[in-house]
Amino acid sequence: MSFPLLTATAVVPAVGALATAAVPAARRTAAKWLALGFALATLVLSAAQLVRFDPDAAGPFQLTESHAWIKDFGVRYDLGVDGISVVLIALTALLIPFVVLAGWHDADPLEDASTRWRPTQGFFALILMVEAMVVIAFEATDVFLFYIFFEAMLIPMYFLIGGFGDRAGERGEAETAAQRSYAAVKFLLYNLVGGLIMLAAVIGLYAVTAHQLGTGTFSLTEIVQARANGSLEFATTTERALFLGFFFAFAVKAPLWPLHTWLPNAMGEATAPVAVLITAVVDKVGTFAMLRFCLQLFPEASKWATPVILVLSLISILYGALLAVGQRDIKRLIAYASISHFGFIVLGIFAMTTQGQGGATLYMVNHGISTAALMLVAGFLISRRGSRLIADYGGVQKVAPVLAGTFLVGGLATLSLPGLAPFVSEFLVLVGTFSRYPVIGVLATVGIVLAALYVLVLYQRTMTGPVAEPVRGMPDLRARELVVVAPLIVLLLVLGVYPKPVTRIVEPAVEHTMSQVHQSDPKPDVHVNDVEAAK
Amino acid sequence: MNPVNYLYLAALLFTIGAAGVLIRRNAIVIFMCVELMLNACNLAFVTFSRLHGNLDGQIIAFFTMVVAAAEVVIGLAIIVTIFRSRHSASVDDASLLKL
Amino acid sequence: MENLIGLLVLAPLLGAGVLLCGGRRLDRTGHWIGTLLAAASFVIGVVLFADLLGRPADDRELGATVFSWVPVGGFRADVGFQLDQLSMTFVLLITGVGSLIHLYSVGYMEHDERRRRFFGYLNLFLAAMLLLVLADNYLLLYVGWEGVGLASYLLIGFWQHKPSAATAAKKAFLVNRVGDVGLSIAVMLMFTTFGTFAFGPVLEHAEEAGEGKLTAIGLMLLLAACGKSAQVPLQSWLGDAMEGPTPVSALIHAATMVTAGVYLIVRSGAVFDGAPDAQTAVVTVGAVTLLFGAIVGCAKDDIKKALAGSTMSQIGYMILAAGLGPIGYVFAIMHLVTHGFFKAGLFLGAGSVMHGMNDEVDMRRYGGLRTYMPVTFVTFGLGYLAIIGFPGLSGFFSKDKIIEAAFAKGGTEGWILGGAALLGAAITAYYMTRVMLMTFFGEKRWQPDERGELPHPHESPRTMTIPMIVLAFGSVFAGGLFSINDAFLKWLEPVTGHAEGHSPVTATQVTAATMVVLVVGFALAWAQYGRRPVPVTAPPGGLLVRAARRDLLQDDFNHVVLVRGGEHLTRSLVYVDHTLVDGVVNGTAASVGGLSGRMRRLQNGFARSYAVSMFGGAAVLIAATLLMRAV
Repeated sequence: MSFPLLTATAVVPAVGALATAAVPAARRTAAKWLALGFALATLVLSAAQLVRFDPDAAGPFQLTESHAWIKDFGVRYDLGVDGISVVLIALTALLIPFVVLAGWHDADPLEDASTRWRPTQGFFALILMVEAMVVIAFEATDVFLFYIFFEAMLIPMYFLIGGFGDRAGERGEAETAAQRSYAAVKFLLYNLVGGLIMLAAVIGLYAVTAHQLGTGTFSLTEIVQARANGSLEFATTTERALFLGFFFAFAVKAPLWPLHTWLPNAMGEATAPVAVLITAVVDKVGTFAMLRFCLQLFPEASKWATPVILVLSLISILYGALLAVGQRDIKRLIAYASISHFGFIVLGIFAMTTQGQGGATLYMVNHGISTAALMLVAGFLISRRGSRLIADYGGVQKVAPVLAGTFLVGGLATLSLPGLAPFVSEFLVLVGTFSRYPVIGVLATVGIVLAALYVLVLYQRTMTGPVAEPVRGMPDLRARELVVVAPLIVLLLVLGVYPKPVTRIVEPAVEHTMSQVHQSDPKPDVHVNDVEAAK
Repeated sequence: MNPVNYLYLAALLFTIGAAGVLIRRNAIVIFMCVELMLNACNLAFVTFSRLHGNLDGQIIAFFTMVVAAAEVVIGLAIIVTIFRSRHSASVDDASLLKL
Repeated sequence: MENLIGLLVLAPLLGAGVLLCGGRRLDRTGHWIGTLLAAASFVIGVVLFADLLGRPADDRELGATVFSWVPVGGFRADVGFQLDQLSMTFVLLITGVGSLIHLYSVGYMEHDERRRRFFGYLNLFLAAMLLLVLADNYLLLYVGWEGVGLASYLLIGFWQHKPSAATAAKKAFLVNRVGDVGLSIAVMLMFTTFGTFAFGPVLEHAEEAGEGKLTAIGLMLLLAACGKSAQVPLQSWLGDAMEGPTPVSALIHAATMVTAGVYLIVRSGAVFDGAPDAQTAVVTVGAVTLLFGAIVGCAKDDIKKALAGSTMSQIGYMILAAGLGPIGYVFAIMHLVTHGFFKAGLFLGAGSVMHGMNDEVDMRRYGGLRTYMPVTFVTFGLGYLAIIGFPGLSGFFSKDKIIEAAFAKGGTEGWILGGAALLGAAITAYYMTRVMLMTFFGEKRWQPDERGELPHPHESPRTMTIPMIVLAFGSVFAGGLFSINDAFLKWLEPVTGHAEGHSPVTATQVTAATMVVLVVGFALAWAQYGRRPVPVTAPPGGLLVRAARRDLLQDDFNHVVLVRGGEHLTRSLVYVDHTLVDGVVNGTAASVGGLSGRMRRLQNGFARSYAVSMFGGAAVLIAATLLMRAV
């Protein structure tokens, strides 16, 4: 048997979490380095996945592993990656070391606090735990296996949001703690409700397969195959109900309007690295699952629901952007911007074109990197001043030009400036949408003006103008912080100019998904011969 | 004698016991009333055993006695402990275990 | 040769990278690195130009596909360059004027501690602008398009510590973004219509798409052009953009970037030729803007803002010409080039004046500067003569051709457009004479600055005057050179095509009319500002003057409708999000909480009340059982 690479990629961070948690209270620094080491080891394994992955290989999944797990219910431990998941695993593995580095001092005990508990070790252990669960959720090809980790990652996230936050600043310790626990509970409840509805749909799926195939199964490949050869047929209403059950959970996670209100709270109260973990890593599982499970398991229902979902994502795009303009809190602004971006991702997925879905996948990667860059720099800024309010800053670029410069690049990536990575994906999504739904495509394009508005207003109010009194003497980025931000910015530039390595991996998987949904791209009106088109 | 009369007696005893549990405050008295209710049940079981002509009822009566004995041991121990700490055996005083 | 095209873009890009990431080490040499790389780009441009000239007229096109950029499904975007006569013209203008302005900035920005960064941004601009004109497809053009927007943003807001500069920069970017929406949609329309957005196939097959599609594409391209070229209704940012350092105004907001809209329309000529309605929209925008800008230019006391109004107006001429179709394309570009020379020269002159006058921009506080700054006076004066269309100078040749072409449009439309263009020429003569008189003639009206020092005007250093002299040469001779044997027309014709219109008026009549309006405009200005002393504080003025000072109330309109409206919208949405969307969630949580609070009261801790409920429950159960039996 070959080396179980997929299992290893998930097990390494899990082991890392346990090892980090077991470090004695006094050896705080050792725990940090240990966590970083395990995060880097995961990155290496993920790189190995990319190397061994062959974009042109036949069959939907590669590097598969398959073991029986709960025989009585047909639950299997099935792992496998396609082009979409292998890229998203790489994104996760790439971001976690930066999250760890950026959060290096976020969980240090306060000088006066007693250290009976080991918060530092806990912080890094929880981050690695989330990574392990996200990775396995990306790899699972068994619906039940996916569901377990989709839900289980809520637990470490809950503790990360509720247990660690920015320094209290002027709001006071009690008020901050109350806000934080509100945010954490809201996050948990929202996602639990979504998850429970999905559980009902998962059980429903089992009941249908058990009824029609004789033995119930949760295996994605088996179900898709059975549907293809006609041995499994969903009644229209059943399929729609099951689709809605799955979609609801993913729409909460994504988050899609109007299920979004947990995100600004969670991202606002959590420390910046945890906010990155939420929006750049955990939320991606939601949009990814739409592509993998909603579309592939329920193609007919997906087509049925498309108009409503497109309108909802359009609302997300415009609504998120408008609310971002109206925010007074830096982190909440970025959270609303993310809602707008998730609108683009869902729009691309349900536009049902190669450009739309390929763009959406690329968007997940690019949004992960760009939000990480912007949010982490914002976190560095906030940690210097101890306030999240935009009004408390001004003229930062005069005292800390490198910080301001990296913040600007992150912001420009967020507004999808051509030349930076998000532009490519956003444009693909827009083109993909436009070629099938011109009106929605045009309206979504308006989102790019609003994006420019909230980014530039944020930059202007915090970074330009006369130097605000509390900002005076603020130190510029330190070496550790630069190590976090610089690679992200380089990646944004590289993927903006040369996204081909990613699109090359993603494209066959997207085409496979499209064929599952029985969709093909609309043809242009004027036939331009291929030689010219290729030129 | 008509065995149904035993059932009337059992019902009467049960009612007395139930009324005692509801009305009295002293834990010991409540306890005794519970015993009374248990024994009323025992009487009913034995009567049914006789009526139906099998031994099921009598066997259950034995079980009840065993359970009642165990209950007495634990219950009295609790009552004594409460009395020691609170100097009272009133059940209304022990009302802290609530939300 | 093909490889050189990439190098053309790469040289300034390299400069931007080195200067922006280089850190303080490069503070002392950075400006020369930047200037050198700009000049290198110019040299490469000249080499390529020589190569093109050496080829036959119908084979002057070089292409190079560097790599495949975004291949997803049928969507293929390449990073590919295309160098033909049109691009070449722009390359020479951009790198030539760009290099001169780099040189000028060495002197102009000498005392700025962030000079290195300034040159980094300038190089970034050159790279993006070159990419814009060299791209062989619309998506890559879009990259350059936004790239110049970014550079413009960074440079307008270069003095970020001034809130007005930061606001102006943001405004410029935002208004441009509105235009970018147009370009985005145009590219998408091209993709759905043709399956590609490379220049070659799209323009070749344009007429097969049908008029409706072409009109839509054309209007979207026009929207894009309006944003970038500051045309009505997206012109409001250009005046504020003067917050940037003057070399920036000269290079970006006069000579090159703002003309990108003209490039876009001329480049997409085939699309517009198939969409008469879109063309009508283009000429309307051009005609309205040329008058709008001219009127605004008349009322401004800030020398740079007056010149900005003039830029708007002159680009209006170009857009007008571009909208006329094949009869105008060549002249649009020709005016663009000559305008590049004289307007850059005028701005550099204005910068030189400000340099000598402690950064004072109010022309009412100038006066009598001709003796103190002779070089500036002469170069500025030549630029002035060129822009008003003095016979023999550059503007005369290019502007007259446009006015002629406007008449040649034919019919009522031709008369209206020609009339507007003539009227514009008169106003141009008026406001430029006004600028000239207020700055260099008349009494000294110098005022002490904030520190209480009176300015000591002096001639600027050599690095600043040399570019001004070179540009003045261009202003004087470019138009004449281009017109010898119709050289410019023959050079561009293979790309843009050319058609002679049937003008109801002869060329001589047009020239005569232009001369008349020129004299009228000059005389009016002389009467107002030459014969009488200029008051230091502006007189209140009539309704039109006051409106013109406020950019014809465009900003007020934007403020009331867009800014206020937007603020109300976002504020109400924040409220809705908090109370309604979140309220439903929190309300559910609260009602569950309230219900459980009420249920909790049942748990009162009294053992006997629990016993009651137990007995009660048992009684109910027994009763129910009995009842069921009975039924």
